[in-house]
Amino acid sequence: MRTGNAPTRRLGRLVVAVPYLWLLLFFLAPFAIVLRMAFSDAATDLPPYAPHFQGFSQLGEFIAALDLENFRLLGDDPLYWQSYLYSLRIAALTTLIALAIGYPLAYAMASAPRRWQSLLLVLVILPFWTSFLIRVYAWIGILRPEGLLDMVLAGTGVTSEPLRLLNTEAAVLIGMVYSYLPFMVLPLFATLQKLDRSLLEAAADLGAPAWTAFATVTLPLSIPGILAGSALVFIPAVGEFVIPDLLGGPDTVMIGKVLWSEFFSNRDWPLASAVAVVLLFVLVAPLALLQRARLTRGGAA
Amino acid sequence: MKRLGPGLIMALVAGFAFLYLPILALIAYSFNASRLVTVWGGFSTHWYGALMANQPLLDAAWLSIRLAFVSASVATALGTLAALALVRYGAFRGRTLFAGMVLAPLLMPEVITGLSLLLLFVSAQVERGFWTVTIAHATFSLGFACIVVQSRLAGFDRSLEEAARDLGATPIVTFWTVTLPLIWPAVAAAWMLAFTLSLDDLVIASFTTGPGATTLPMRLYSAVRLGVSPEINAACTIMIGAVALVVIAASLLLKRDQLASA
Repeated sequence: MRTGNAPTRRLGRLVVAVPYLWLLLFFLAPFAIVLRMAFSDAATDLPPYAPHFQGFSQLGEFIAALDLENFRLLGDDPLYWQSYLYSLRIAALTTLIALAIGYPLAYAMASAPRRWQSLLLVLVILPFWTSFLIRVYAWIGILRPEGLLDMVLAGTGVTSEPLRLLNTEAAVLIGMVYSYLPFMVLPLFATLQKLDRSLLEAAADLGAPAWTAFATVTLPLSIPGILAGSALVFIPAVGEFVIPDLLGGPDTVMIGKVLWSEFFSNRDWPLASAVAVVLLFVLVAPLALLQRARLTRGGAA
Repeated sequence: MKRLGPGLIMALVAGFAFLYLPILALIAYSFNASRLVTVWGGFSTHWYGALMANQPLLDAAWLSIRLAFVSASVATALGTLAALALVRYGAFRGRTLFAGMVLAPLLMPEVITGLSLLLLFVSAQVERGFWTVTIAHATFSLGFACIVVQSRLAGFDRSLEEAARDLGATPIVTFWTVTLPLIWPAVAAAWMLAFTLSLDDLVIASFTTGPGATTLPMRLYSAVRLGVSPEINAACTIMIGAVALVVIAASLLLKRDQLASA
């Protein structure tokens, strides 16, 4: 930007180059390898794959011999596309429930007196700092048969039958919503807090009831926050592994878990890579949505 | 809108109860004398004693702390450089790709990041262990560190730097004596965020580690898969306590810094 002297410019180039090279080497290059691996055959050697791509000199040969077998398998075997669909379903439900719980919470936080707001914000962020694994583990203790929830329900006389929630889809959803809720609340709070309150006063002065004012003023203006929060919950939720593995059962097979077991149990690295490549393509649309939400917020964040 | 209606107070109470009750229950049951989670056998610190005798768990904890320390330091250094590059050197070639690469690991499913880095390490025939996990953690927490520092740099009075330059300071001297002291709360916050991210990660570490480098989350994960035990509750309680202390210390530091600069 500013035209400095030669040493300044050289320093500037260095500031850019160091993180740039790091990311090229440890972020972009690995993806190229995943892509290459996805077109390879599984082998029983170590490492367990037989690459087709040997270098740019044989590029033509490589393309001719491009092995789509892994991708064909992903399409043919219902296990794979069903778990993609199931992951999308769980992620969508998680996003909706997190929105239903997070919106009133963020709205109440933004309506609270100013001096409380920073404390409330810290209280939302604090659980995010404690270990993810610990938070999921806490729910095992609550949901398992004769766990805390059953105890409380029996103690209050609501029901004496154990609920058997652990290892069900409900348990996965509870764990997902619990873990991702802060990602929904933070952008919603940021949007609602910046909202111009005088618009609501104007609506009230013109005789609009509180609910009408909310539906016609607050809700439309908070759409960027809703989109950003939804994308921040939805995208990582699709690829989630730990929560379905610990809280779910045999029916709750999400794609992250499929990738994990293809890799660690079946040791089929090429197939695991193909699963990853398809998962990335599935996530392109919500990523584009997030990018648009960020742009409409004026590039803030 | 000055006073909260009963509905909004309900939303606050219910929301925070949902966030905190599970953690409080977990802490309470780490002091349970009984091994059975359903039976309250009285107050006891028995499980903390048992924990101190669990050598594999202690080894894993020590490994995780060293690993988080190194990877957070690397991530903060690189993240600060990346933030400077994005805020100060606005229009360089390949900026869009760079900004994308900084932010992508924040959203990337961990299974993909872990798998891709493992394949890199295997292709390069690197022996996997402490350093491969460190590189992986530094790479994925770099973006978080960058965002934290970036927000501080954006609201930064550049005339101070220009004054230093006009008085003849070299760019490096200016950075160390003017820029860094002014952005250090953000740098410290970025470091702590990177530290907890590394300490917390299970998936990426599982992919990129090798024999002999089992991190604390990996140990906890295999213990949790076997079921609930008060000993894990005790381990979790210690971790929650440590994180709470760090966060409180950090917010006090930031507050003092704000008061000093106000």
